[in-house]
Amino acid sequence: MTDVNTSAASTDDAVPAEGGVTEGVAHPEHADDHHDHPSDSRYIVIALILAIVTAAEVVASYIDLGWAFLPALLGMMAFKFIVVVRLFMHLKFDNRVFSWLFFTGLILALFVYLVALFTFRFFDS
Amino acid sequence: MSDTKDDIVGETVADAVEIVKDHTDDVHDHDVHAGDEGHDDHDAGHHSSLGLSNMKLAMWLFLGSECLLFGGLISTYMLYRNRHSEDVGPDQLWDIPFTSASSFVLLMSSLTMVLAVSAANRKDDRNTNLWLIVTATLGGLFVAGQVYEFTTFYREGLGYTESLFASSFYTLTGFHGVHVSIGIIMLIATMGMVAKNKISGDKAETIEMVGLYWHFVDVVWIIIFTLVYLIPA
Repeated sequence: MTDVNTSAASTDDAVPAEGGVTEGVAHPEHADDHHDHPSDSRYIVIALILAIVTAAEVVASYIDLGWAFLPALLGMMAFKFIVVVRLFMHLKFDNRVFSWLFFTGLILALFVYLVALFTFRFFDS
Repeated sequence: MSDTKDDIVGETVADAVEIVKDHTDDVHDHDVHAGDEGHDDHDAGHHSSLGLSNMKLAMWLFLGSECLLFGGLISTYMLYRNRHSEDVGPDQLWDIPFTSASSFVLLMSSLTMVLAVSAANRKDDRNTNLWLIVTATLGGLFVAGQVYEFTTFYREGLGYTESLFASSFYTLTGFHGVHVSIGIIMLIATMGMVAKNKISGDKAETIEMVGLYWHFVDVVWIIIFTLVYLIPA
């Protein structure tokens, strides 16, 4: 049991949290137990921002932005994705192991898309 | 000779008893220590040697693998989205205002889900159940919108085997719809378990797991909405 506690503590030491909050302060026993999440009113503000960005996406699809259209839409999509994953799904406040697990899957998915794109678009005679 | 054998057997049994006793003490110390930290005994038994929750670790691993599933489906759609007949394609079918409203509904369900998790962390069962009900209702609205959309597209001539575009579109959005439906079932089951106090261990963590799955289907829709509906082929 001593080994388990030591292991958990060393994980906390090795993984400093973002925003100046040291991981594991609330419960040194468990590296993923954190309760310094945003308040309910902060969540509502975040959701409002997401709704405004969604509205901006829709407006952008109706007006002619020229070359900026694709980067703008992809940028807004990435912004919404990151906000939901980091704030609503609490990845910002949790242990980085969870971020690694999720983003490894995401990067592999992008790799799958690039492989498929190159296979069918560029190497398909 | 006989005495020596007896001695050896006796010492071995004594050693075995001591090892079992040490192990029992270790388990007892673990439970007491976890109790000191303010966790249930159930909860203490569900953490890995890294100090991470096994349930949360498994959920994130599952969501990482789900990225691959949807990555494959989105890739397939992106490659085949131009393979359709001239009169039944995205330009004739897409109803952007309707799909935008659906997206807004799903986005707001993420807010109500995070409020449910927040209420669960405060051990506020009443508000937890309230926000779970609202989340499930918004999810049901989204699925109803998708059924309406599919029905409209089918009536306008876009059958599943009509074209590569149709097959990849229905497969991608259909898989997402199934995920939302499973999420609704999870929400309803969680509501029932909260109401009957049937969740063993950390209730807030269980609700957070359902929340992680729900937010994931929302982020997948964020990508689908932009790549499939807003960016023209």
